[in-house]
Amino acid sequence: MSQQTIVIVNTGCANISSVKFALERLGVAVTVSDDPAVIKAADKVFLPGVGSAGAAMKSITGKDLIPTLQQLTQPVLGVCLGMQLMVQQSDEATSGTIDCLKLMPGEVTRLKAGDLRLPHMGWNTITPKADSPLFAGIDAGTYFYFVHSFAVPVYEHTLASCEYGQPFSAAIQHNNFFGVQFHPERSGEAGAQLLTNFVNM
Amino acid sequence: MLAKRIIPCLDVRDGKVVKGVQFRNHEIIGDIVPLAEQYAKAGADELVFYDITASSDQRVVDKSWVSRIAQVIDIPFCVAGGIKSVEDAGRILEMGADKISINSPALTNPDLINELHDVYGQQCVVIGIDSFYNKDNNQYEVYKFTGDESRTQQTAWQTLDWIKEVQQRGAGEIVLNCMNQDGVRQGYDIAQLKAVRDICNIPLIASGGAGAIPHFTDVFQQADVDGALAASVFHKGIIDIDELKATLVSEGIAMRERFRQG
Repeated sequence: MSQQTIVIVNTGCANISSVKFALERLGVAVTVSDDPAVIKAADKVFLPGVGSAGAAMKSITGKDLIPTLQQLTQPVLGVCLGMQLMVQQSDEATSGTIDCLKLMPGEVTRLKAGDLRLPHMGWNTITPKADSPLFAGIDAGTYFYFVHSFAVPVYEHTLASCEYGQPFSAAIQHNNFFGVQFHPERSGEAGAQLLTNFVNM
Repeated sequence: MLAKRIIPCLDVRDGKVVKGVQFRNHEIIGDIVPLAEQYAKAGADELVFYDITASSDQRVVDKSWVSRIAQVIDIPFCVAGGIKSVEDAGRILEMGADKISINSPALTNPDLINELHDVYGQQCVVIGIDSFYNKDNNQYEVYKFTGDESRTQQTAWQTLDWIKEVQQRGAGEIVLNCMNQDGVRQGYDIAQLKAVRDICNIPLIASGGAGAIPHFTDVFQQADVDGALAASVFHKGIIDIDELKATLVSEGIAMRERFRQG
C-alpha cells in the first residue's frame, strides 16, 4: 500500500502532523498539500481538522479549496472536525449556522449529553454497521478516542454509532466520502486498523 | 460507555523525565521518547508532559521533543509548561500535541484562556491548577510557579473560585493537582476533588497522591473524576497498568479494553 499517493489536505488546522505521523507509522508515504492539482491526483485523501467549524471553513474558503473537495471521486476520510465539515451545515456558530463543504447530506448539532460533561473527551465504544470495509476487523465495543462537543446525529448515512447521553454518528459515509468523529491517529491499535482499512480501499 | 482514563504524568526538565517529592529534589527517571512509547504500549489512555522548569525560568525552552513523541505514540498527549501565548500553544499543537495545559500563565493573564479557546477550540485547552489545602483556615488556595521552590507563591485565588472562572473563560478540561498529596502516595485528596467535582462541568482529572490501586478505585467511585493522573507509581513500577485496569473493571469502573482484531 506504500505505492499509493496519500494526500492530507492542509486545512490550516493544527492536528495535521499527528495524522501524518500515524500514517507514517503504518509505512505509508504522505504529502500535506493545499494544491488542488496534488489533491485531485491523490489515491486517497485525508481531511483533518480541529478547532471550530467557522475557523476551518474560513481557512478552506481562503485557500479556494471547496470546489476541489466537492469534485473528488477517490476515497476521502474526514477526521473529527474534518468529518463534521463534510455535511451541509453546522450549528457550531456564534449565531445561526455555518455552511460546510456539502459533500453529503446531514448537519452538525451540539451534543445533547444531559447531565454528562462536555466536551465528550476520552475513549468510548463504537458500533459499526455490518460489512463496512472501513471497519473490517473492528468489532462492536471497540474503543476509540473522542474529543468533541458537536456531532452528526444518527441518520441514514451513519456508518458507526457511539453513545454519550444520546446516540450520535461515530462514522458517516456517502459514496466515496467517509468521516470519523473520533481520532484514529490517537486510538492506538484500533485506530491503526481503521487507517489501514482506509488506505487499503 | 465512556471509559475513565489512566494518565501517567511525565515531569520533564532539560529534556529528561524527572520526579520530585512534593515538588522538590528531582531525580532523573529516563529519556522522554522511550518512556512515552513504553507507557503507550503498557495501556495508558493518555500522557501528560509537564515541563516543570519552563514557567519559572523565563527562558525559551527547546520543545522539539514534542514532535519526537508525536511520531512514536498512538494515544493522546498533552503538553504543559511555559505556554504563555497563543503562538506558544500553536507551536506545540503543530508539533503534534493534542492538548496544551496552562497553569501559572493563566493566573497571570486569564484572558489567555479565552484566546486559546477562540483560536484552537475548547477541546485542547487544559487548565492545570496547583491547589494547597490550608488547614489553618480550612481553605483551598491556588499556587503558581510551583516548578521552582524559590519562586512558588500563593495567589489571591481560592481554588473553587478559580475553577468557576476558568470554565467561564472556555477551559476544556481541568487537572487538579492537590499539593499536600503530591508525591507522598497516601491517596488522592477525595474531599477536595468532590468539592471541585460539584462545580465542574468539564472533564476533571485528579492529580497528586496515588500510591496504590485502591486509591484509584476511591477517586473514581467517590469523586467521580474523569481521569486519574499519577507519576511515581508508574515510573517506579509499583503499579502495573493492566493490573490496575483489571481491578477497576472488577469494581464496576469503565476502562478501555485492549483492541483485539475481530
